[in-house]
Amino acid sequence: MTTTHAPPPASPAAPAAGRRTVPSALLVAGAAALALAAAPLLLDEFRLGLLTRYLCYAIAAVGIAVAWGRGGMLTLGHGVFFGIGAYAMAAHMTLANTPDGGLPSFMVWNGLEALPALWVPFRSLAATLAAVVLLPGAVALLLGWAVFRRRVRGAYFAILNQALAAAFAILLVGQQHLTGGSSGLTDLPVLAGFDLTAPGAGLWLYALVAAVLLGVWAGYSRLMDSRYGALLVAVRDSEERVRFLGYDPTWVKTSAYVLSAVAAGAAGALFVPVTGIITPALVGVIPSIQLVLMAALGGRYSLIGAAVGAVALGAAETAFSETFAGGWLYLQGALFVAVIALAPRGLAGLAESAAAAVRRRASAAPPGAGPGAGHPVPGRKA
Amino acid sequence: MDALLAQLPTAAAIGAVLLLAALGLNFTFGQMGVINMAHGEFIMVGAYTAFALQSWAGLGGAAVPAALPVAFAVTALLGLALERGLIWHFYGRPLDTLLLTFGVSLVLQQLARDVFGAPNVDVAAPPWLSGGTEVLGVQLHHSRLFIIALAAAAVAAIAYYIGRSRSGRFMRAVLHDRNLAATSGIAVGRVDAATFAIGSGLAGVAGVALALIGPIGPSIGTSYIVDAFLVVVIGGLGRLQGAVIAAFALGALNAYAELWTDASLAKVVVFAVVIAFLQARPQGLFTVRTRALA
Repeated sequence: MTTTHAPPPASPAAPAAGRRTVPSALLVAGAAALALAAAPLLLDEFRLGLLTRYLCYAIAAVGIAVAWGRGGMLTLGHGVFFGIGAYAMAAHMTLANTPDGGLPSFMVWNGLEALPALWVPFRSLAATLAAVVLLPGAVALLLGWAVFRRRVRGAYFAILNQALAAAFAILLVGQQHLTGGSSGLTDLPVLAGFDLTAPGAGLWLYALVAAVLLGVWAGYSRLMDSRYGALLVAVRDSEERVRFLGYDPTWVKTSAYVLSAVAAGAAGALFVPVTGIITPALVGVIPSIQLVLMAALGGRYSLIGAAVGAVALGAAETAFSETFAGGWLYLQGALFVAVIALAPRGLAGLAESAAAAVRRRASAAPPGAGPGAGHPVPGRKA
Repeated sequence: MDALLAQLPTAAAIGAVLLLAALGLNFTFGQMGVINMAHGEFIMVGAYTAFALQSWAGLGGAAVPAALPVAFAVTALLGLALERGLIWHFYGRPLDTLLLTFGVSLVLQQLARDVFGAPNVDVAAPPWLSGGTEVLGVQLHHSRLFIIALAAAAVAAIAYYIGRSRSGRFMRAVLHDRNLAATSGIAVGRVDAATFAIGSGLAGVAGVALALIGPIGPSIGTSYIVDAFLVVVIGGLGRLQGAVIAAFALGALNAYAELWTDASLAKVVVFAVVIAFLQARPQGLFTVRTRALA
């Protein structure tokens, strides 16, 4: 960066121009993969566990960037999808840790005699893995179709999502015999026959979560670069025009919302083996909005930016709460205000502007060959 | 049938609380298009004002009536500071105001935790509000009657303000056509500030009402804000009669759904009914024709 910033006078502009032709997405992907690969070498077991947890949130944040950044749908209820994935996985792991024919202890305390029908499918790992993806997708499909069909959008959509998150958290607390109530599901040491408390298990989990993150990011990025992605951005910027062109915005938006929910469900399912716990407090209104802050901090229009934002916010929270226990909420509140007011495009936006400024200075190229040609320029709409 | 009758005062009381919480949003969200997530925390500030007057100022039973104007003033000033300090930069970007004010609400919650402590506190109702009267075999708590009366008074005051007063007319003018209002010599910035302050002040009054019906905690606002927003969504933007009908409809739905299922399933039922309702009327019960709101 410093070399392009102040090139020696004799050096020709050609190398700089040549470098610009390397697809920046590939560079970013390479850097991200390298950083993920290097992390286990640099971090101790405890820190690696924390990073794994942030990466779970990063998966959900990528989904939020798709729905919110690209689709213009501010989803304040992603904790619901995260929670469905998490509770499905936790149900499976609870059963795996219960002797055959027995009942999870919280059910015994609640006076149940037999396993509730809702829990029976989660005996099977395959059914659980299917549920982790299909259940959040199905809920998002129903809600998305119902509201987008009637052109409910913007603030109304955000508020409905928030109401869904509130209802979901209250339901989890209330249905104690099914969900463990406000203490949630804990004591989950086994997944697919592996002992998660064994030494080295953390590394495997990290590798799994990192691989899922890279997979989700790569898949969703490709999709966003396709015609579908262009259509989604078009719907965000002018839904009426897209309708006049003969497309049905309902399905464009619903499908993006479903994709986003599926990412959150997968994130939740990975979160449970990583942390060993899921409670209503982790999936309610406030955690849902925190997921949005992660995407906002990293950059709502950039999928990788959102993922970076999740890791950055997680790291900031850990670092800050270790020093000032009660102060994190002040800082987080200030962060919300600062990001929205000063950097609505987040860290990714700042990085892009910085890179663009550097390139402009380095090559003083004709204005037509400007930077960031492949990137959608976000509109004013939020 | 008896159960239905017995639940009626509860339904009305929940409706009145929802209405009080939503009246302020009717100003800030309905009229101005600002999604103030800190509204819930303004309600909390109102509730803690009653508590502070009772235990710090030692007003005892007189604290609740005294708190009504004080809480209105405190939260109106808070709202004024928020509007002039931050929100006016973000008119026309409602979703950004949502995230912005959520940040503010986190700060206010932590502040309450630091000042008043994390555990819940209680405000004792004055003697003339405790107890109840039995009518037709239904127990009517005096504090609930007081809340219903308070909601009615607030609606009457607002209806007068919007419909009859000079500044209320300015407010409507700005809502309908901001540019034309500005051209006509109305100081739109000042009208915005006043509208936001009144809306915030109403949150304070709602907080005092909440202090009467249960314990107060730093997160009390979050439990009411979602329902209050639903009232505005159902009622339609900016219409008083919509808010009134929606608040009592949701209150009744809440109370009766709880009767048939349990409290947690009732929330899901309410949500499902709201979604179903929006299939029929996506813009809510009533809508204001305006050139300003997108």
